[in-house]
Amino acid sequence: MAKSNEPIPWSLFSAGGMLSAILLPILIVITGILVPFGFAPLESLGFDRVHAAVSGNLLVKLILFGFIFLSFFHWAHRFRFALVDMGLRKIKGLIGFACYGSALAGTVITAALLWRI
Amino acid sequence: MDKTMELEIFRYRPEQDSEPTFQTYEVPFHTEWVILDAVNYIKDEIDGTLSYRWSCRMGVCGSCGMMVNGVPKLTCAAFLKDYTGKIRIEPLEGFPVERDLIFSMDDFIAKLKSVKPWIIRKEGEDKPLEEGEYLQTPRQLVEYQQYTMCINCMLCYAACPVYAHDNTFLGPAAIALGQRYNMDSRDQGRDQRQEAIASHEGIWQCTFVGECSAVCPKDVDPAGAIQRAKVASTIDYFKELLLPWGKKS
Repeated sequence: MAKSNEPIPWSLFSAGGMLSAILLPILIVITGILVPFGFAPLESLGFDRVHAAVSGNLLVKLILFGFIFLSFFHWAHRFRFALVDMGLRKIKGLIGFACYGSALAGTVITAALLWRI
Repeated sequence: MDKTMELEIFRYRPEQDSEPTFQTYEVPFHTEWVILDAVNYIKDEIDGTLSYRWSCRMGVCGSCGMMVNGVPKLTCAAFLKDYTGKIRIEPLEGFPVERDLIFSMDDFIAKLKSVKPWIIRKEGEDKPLEEGEYLQTPRQLVEYQQYTMCINCMLCYAACPVYAHDNTFLGPAAIALGQRYNMDSRDQGRDQRQEAIASHEGIWQCTFVGECSAVCPKDVDPAGAIQRAKVASTIDYFKELLLPWGKKS
């Protein structure tokens, strides 16, 4: 039986899943409940304030980059196996290429966008 | 016979049936009866040609697993009183049927052997018998004890959608048993087991559906064992990649 390279996508998948599970509920509470229902001032999510927090702050950029790119790979791995399990076993090579390729493209775009802020 | 129940049983006799059929039997209903009692009643009183496996009647031997209304169950632990209407009994899913409710276990047995489910000591590290047993603390026992409860009933294979799709998958029980020895402080054979466990056909086919743990009659939690093996194998993989000169653990 061949040794598998699966630990690479799986570790990105599990890191992304862990981060999403921890951080997404916080984001939902802030952007979906606290601010819209007036528990926090609207300006706290204003463009100028958020832009100033990211712009020129390498640490914030790095954290955002890690969170976003790992989430992409979490999606890619899950979507790949969901499609394969739904019966597209015959084209699983193509599915893997498309899923991880999309995640990689998203990662590059994220890096470029963050760099420009 | 006061109250009765109907059992619809999968029949396949290769010498006379070109394909499987279902046969319905009426059996007496007793609140204390399990499905296996009803199937035994059929065999003894109604139709002696029905073939199936069973032995201990107390959830230890692991041989009476069947699909009951589509769910893998030990029939010695599934009570008639928990069902209403006709009960449908089929052989465990995912295995080739040989006759009636009997299926071939060859694939499972071969997979079980491939994970070497026994204590392996490194060359020259075997203690002579006179020196006594390998001692273990209660804490070391707790590490793997849960996985020793496996009775090889194969319900987890019948429940696993990954195995149903692709039976090259090593499967829940075999991986959990490999993990049982990997986590045993007396064992030194993890490297040898990794060949089967860390392969494509091993843990990496598992998509953590978790049905194996849901149907396990002994609460072994094979899904948990597989996730732990994934973490350990990932650590191995990156160690080997980043520290190729390092000694393999």
